[in-house]
Amino acid sequence: MAMAANDTAILRVSGLTKHFGGLPALSEVGFVARKGQVTALIGPNGAGKTTCIDCLTGLLRADRGSMVFDGRELSGLPPHRIARLGIARTFQNLRLYPRLSVLENVLCGLSAQAGDSFLEAFLRTPALRHRERRLRLAALEALDTFGLSAKADWPAGALAYGDKKRLELARAFVSGPQLLLLDEPVAGLNPEETERVAVLIRQMRRGGVTLVLVEHDMDLVMSVSDHVVVLDGGRRIAEGAPEDVRRNPLVLEAYLGKMSVTA
Amino acid sequence: MGSFQDFLQFVFSGLTSGAIYAMVAIGFGVVHNTMGIVNFTQVDFVSLGGMLLYGGLVGATLPAIMALPAAVAGVALAGALVELVGLRSSRSRDHLVLILLTIGLSIILRGAMQRIWGKNPLAVPPLSGERPLRLLGASLLPQAVWIFLFTALTIGLLVWFFRRTTAGLAMRAVASNPTAAAVVGLRVPRVRTASFALAGALGGLAGALVTPIATLRYDVGVLLGLKGFAAAILGGFGSFPGAIVGGLTLGLLESLGAGYLSSAWKDTIAFLILLLVLFVRPHGLLGKAGGA
Amino acid sequence: MTAQRAAAFAERHHTGLAVVGLSLALALVPLFLANPWKLGVLNLIGVHAVIALGLNLFVGYAGQISLGHAAFFGLGAYGSAILTTAFAMPPLAAMVLTAVGVALTALLLGVPTLRLTGHYLAMATLGFNIVVHNLFVQWDRVTGGPSGLTGIPPFSVLGVAFPGEVRAYYLLWGAVMIALTLCLNLVRSGVGRGLAALAEDEVSAAAMGVNVRRGKIVVFTVSAVFASVAGSLFAHYLGTITPDTFGIFASIDLLLMVVIGGMGSLWGSLAGAAFITVLPHLLGPLEAYKEIIHGLILVGILLVLPRGLVADMAGLARVRLARGWSALTGRPA
Repeated sequence: MAMAANDTAILRVSGLTKHFGGLPALSEVGFVARKGQVTALIGPNGAGKTTCIDCLTGLLRADRGSMVFDGRELSGLPPHRIARLGIARTFQNLRLYPRLSVLENVLCGLSAQAGDSFLEAFLRTPALRHRERRLRLAALEALDTFGLSAKADWPAGALAYGDKKRLELARAFVSGPQLLLLDEPVAGLNPEETERVAVLIRQMRRGGVTLVLVEHDMDLVMSVSDHVVVLDGGRRIAEGAPEDVRRNPLVLEAYLGKMSVTA
Repeated sequence: MGSFQDFLQFVFSGLTSGAIYAMVAIGFGVVHNTMGIVNFTQVDFVSLGGMLLYGGLVGATLPAIMALPAAVAGVALAGALVELVGLRSSRSRDHLVLILLTIGLSIILRGAMQRIWGKNPLAVPPLSGERPLRLLGASLLPQAVWIFLFTALTIGLLVWFFRRTTAGLAMRAVASNPTAAAVVGLRVPRVRTASFALAGALGGLAGALVTPIATLRYDVGVLLGLKGFAAAILGGFGSFPGAIVGGLTLGLLESLGAGYLSSAWKDTIAFLILLLVLFVRPHGLLGKAGGA
Repeated sequence: MTAQRAAAFAERHHTGLAVVGLSLALALVPLFLANPWKLGVLNLIGVHAVIALGLNLFVGYAGQISLGHAAFFGLGAYGSAILTTAFAMPPLAAMVLTAVGVALTALLLGVPTLRLTGHYLAMATLGFNIVVHNLFVQWDRVTGGPSGLTGIPPFSVLGVAFPGEVRAYYLLWGAVMIALTLCLNLVRSGVGRGLAALAEDEVSAAAMGVNVRRGKIVVFTVSAVFASVAGSLFAHYLGTITPDTFGIFASIDLLLMVVIGGMGSLWGSLAGAAFITVLPHLLGPLEAYKEIIHGLILVGILLVLPRGLVADMAGLARVRLARGWSALTGRPA
């Protein structure tokens, strides 16, 4: 992995803590994601990875801690405002809109740019029409990039699982986010589809997108990540370059001590 | 003193309606806890209770001691049927669809009652005579005493049911985690039907008890049911003690408000309280924050 | 203009062309239909259609539920009636003022209740309907009580009045076409997509940047305003209004129109409004069972085609059309 010229940290998480009832899902978690790099967030099941993503995107309110993105503090912001800052995400269990078409799903990914004036929408102003055309083109391009063009008019619920995973990716990617949070993008995919996603991730990284990747598939993590953060039981137990982390005895113990799934 | 007697009068009247609201509120809570929906047919269970009691007492000239349990059992059966025929077969688990289904079923029940018993108000004989008793200077209808007795008895039975019987525990398990309940072998669909039957019994009992002192019409349950719902929200939707607290509180507030402010707007009070609670503290007096 | 160019134009502007086509067809109807009673039924369908369109935005698109829209309908009717009779206000001004009042009422009702799940909104709107209906019946000094208000003048704008069935037809169906155009515009915009997204999955929609709370509140208010305008036009059309028209059964009828037509299908709302308005006349001897039949229809549709008749069939047609189109033209979308 060559060192990127711009090694600045675009996301700084520190002291992130979240309890559910009495249970600590996250305890003083901190890490850094560098601009234009892929930072992987790994750890056994229940380590708090998705909770971390949920806090970053405003779905959950952390009890303590700070998350600074590009100089902006994220804690306390509602999800739609965080999205408008240029942060997009995918969901582990897929949250597509099954009754909307594939194209409409991707267009929803552009909600932040679609304007939010009801009046403008009711009157269908020329500005809105112009914007709609532009958004539609961007959506079609994204469908093309993710190999879903042929199924643009299909209801999203009718897609095969692999296609759904890629649709979820396309929807997150289409808005040209500065930070893309992927929650287990290859879970349940076969090796061929996994490689397809890996190619897309590398493509996005080349395009300058900063990615935070939550994954269990160690091969994928090792092959695409610049930086790896390891969580276990809500705490950060290791952080560093992929090769170093994989040899870290603490990390091995965390994984061997529990049942973990690797592709 | 006159004004103390008035006050006491309002309190008795408020507690009486409050007990009814509490029972309806528990009925709402039971279905909400096991199925996650607001069951609109609950309001018709109340009307049906009154109707079946009327049918038993006047139509079949049964003695009250037979007519009342028969009415309650009848509504319980109706509740089970509603779930079995109406909801079980729904292809969609979408909450919006289920709510609309209960609305449709509610219309059917109401329409059926209207056809069978007509649109006009009916007079249901009270359980034990109409001469008011005097208590501490205020008058108390004997029916009100029956309402208190039955409500207390019902609450006691429900507490025993939910704590000590397998059926009750099964219901609590399904309410808490239907997937886990299914995994450990509980027949979730059966529990749901049972909870509808229980909701029916509660609504039917409330209707059978209150309609001798309120008027009985095919749609009497709508207003009562709405207030029962407001009581449930006030106390904390889905909470058993909340339903009781909410019911009694609502009854008292309504009665005192109607007595001291204006009786024409009595029905508005329940709705205003409903809105106020939703605005300020949606989880109600006894509910936990963060739940909906 | 070659056939290919014409086809491309038609495809790009298919919505606008459909609206224009329907408008032309509707404009011609009174020329062929002289029977005032039949026109009257059509006019009533028009009133219901305006409400159903607004309600569909809220229930069908945004996936919420309201059992109280007859209250907004009634407020529009009584508002306009009172302002034009007791205060001799011109009908258009009265309609606008009433609509503003209704919008504020909807905001006041929606802000606290739309925060929570649909069940609470359903009951709150039901309660709202009961209270408003009570208001119409009890406040007889202002509303005329159970016998309602009479002597409401026909609608007029700048001296042009709309008395009689034929003129009312053009006024009402003109309103329907305007409402339909506004709604179609909304659903084809980013805001409209946001509503559809939040109906499917609020969490996901918020993560995409949709302001869920604001969307719900605005669409609720918009649907209330549609109902209010329909109410105003209704009051001027009939000249007489009574509280009975605005009770909870009416609210359920309105919901039924949306469900039958298809939740989310605007064209379907027109069909739904037509069906429910005409149904009592079709029932004949069964009219006494009207409520039960309504309930059975609602339950039947929900059990078999949860998304409603028109929407489900249109949805299936859309997929088949899309695949067929790709096969024909060799183009993907």
